[in-house]
Amino acid sequence: MSLKRKDLLSLATLSVDEIMLILETADSFKEVTGREIKKVPALRGKTVVNLFFEPSTRTRTSFELAAKRLSADVINFSPSASSVVKGETLLDTARNIEAMQADIIVLRHQAAGAAETLARSVKSSVINAGDGWHEHPTQALLDLYTIRERKLPFKGLRVAIVGDVTHSRVARSNIYALTKLGAEVRVVGPPTMLPPAVDRMGARVYYNLEEALRGVQVIMMLRLQLERQGRALFPTIREYSRLYGLTAERVKLAEPGAIVMHPGPINRGVEIAPEVADSLSSVILDQVANGVAVRMGILYLMSGAN
Amino acid sequence: MPGNRMTTGARTDKPQERPVMDAGDIARALTRIAHEILERNKGTKELALVGIRTGGVHLAHRLARRILDIEGAQVPIGELDITLYRDDLALRKDQPVLRKTSVPFNISDLKIVLVDDVLFTGRTTRAAMDGLIDLGRPAEIQLAVLVDRGHRQLPIKANYIGKNIPTSRDEIVKVLLEEEGEEDRVVILKA
Repeated sequence: MSLKRKDLLSLATLSVDEIMLILETADSFKEVTGREIKKVPALRGKTVVNLFFEPSTRTRTSFELAAKRLSADVINFSPSASSVVKGETLLDTARNIEAMQADIIVLRHQAAGAAETLARSVKSSVINAGDGWHEHPTQALLDLYTIRERKLPFKGLRVAIVGDVTHSRVARSNIYALTKLGAEVRVVGPPTMLPPAVDRMGARVYYNLEEALRGVQVIMMLRLQLERQGRALFPTIREYSRLYGLTAERVKLAEPGAIVMHPGPINRGVEIAPEVADSLSSVILDQVANGVAVRMGILYLMSGAN
Repeated sequence: MPGNRMTTGARTDKPQERPVMDAGDIARALTRIAHEILERNKGTKELALVGIRTGGVHLAHRLARRILDIEGAQVPIGELDITLYRDDLALRKDQPVLRKTSVPFNISDLKIVLVDDVLFTGRTTRAAMDGLIDLGRPAEIQLAVLVDRGHRQLPIKANYIGKNIPTSRDEIVKVLLEEEGEEDRVVILKA
């Protein structure tokens, strides 16, 4: 099968077959990223534009590296430093970029739904690299890839997603995808950090971390987005850390061999203890490495969509 | 169609099949190629086989078994997927499904025999050579094919050929192999 869609906007709308195709395609690129010459000519002559309205070194670099390893021409565009301050709208910016013959636009935007709006207005393929609190599909796909790489079957897998679920687009994409693949997803955090309808997305809600961790095979920690919360959702960072921080003691409640994930960047000593972040069960750096392979797979599949 | 001996009882809308090699022919051709490879390379020193997915991989494994029987030496085998090196990727509507490349040895300074089932325009071989060179710098690349059907679009020539089969451009040469759940044979399909 092939990915017969112009854009990759969310995991809520992706079928299980499409998700599996992306993961399998990423396998081939993982092999490429392990070579001495980490470059293939698959996207030669194509132009990929990284349009990042929000700063993000990690995701942008990962996409940039992925596109370059596929031999595409890459343009990094940060509107915050240019035309947007002069009053240009998202669509005007995108149309200008499209006029430069961009084949794929990778969009990061602070507004939920921005990627979909853009996709409807341009002919280029649009990949959502995070839109507001909505979704971050490529991060969730690399999380799925990392889980699969550890040979954990999705069906019946018990996953705890810990922290600020409300503000986390990564969590939302993961809940959609993991429940679709047959996993049991538990979300845990203070009530102020769990969105009201999260149980309707198929996740089980916990307020006690110890309870939620019992018997899980995957612990997915979320970053405490101190810059995004505006108002305090808990009294102090210290209290949050005491109640919801992942310590080595708490990891022992999970199933033996459970993996610890984090989308990064980590707040050491806040949501995750340093000895856990650096432990053998941590796959945080695998996630970063797999991110490039998964994004190569996505760019490759999307490049055939036009 | 009158005069075609293969279509007894077949539906007329099915492509017509003409057999050109049976299991015995394929086995004999591979044995001969194995001998030719050993003769040309004076044994198996610094020799490796790399099959082009999918048919070429099966044939590379068969050739390696024959070389083991004849010479008593195991040659390394790699599997190459050339999809990412195709020159028509940008032109295609759907992206072809990728399979994994697996060449678990350093190809630098080795004599590599690329193995494919059918040699046609030469574009697959060109892609395979590009793919190989991205993995290292082989001392030499040779090409072994079960069938050479002509119609080259690039200046490429095989070193070892199982059978030359003259075809017209609109015909399809199909190599069916046991490894894919078929009976070993080569047929020409005419649309």
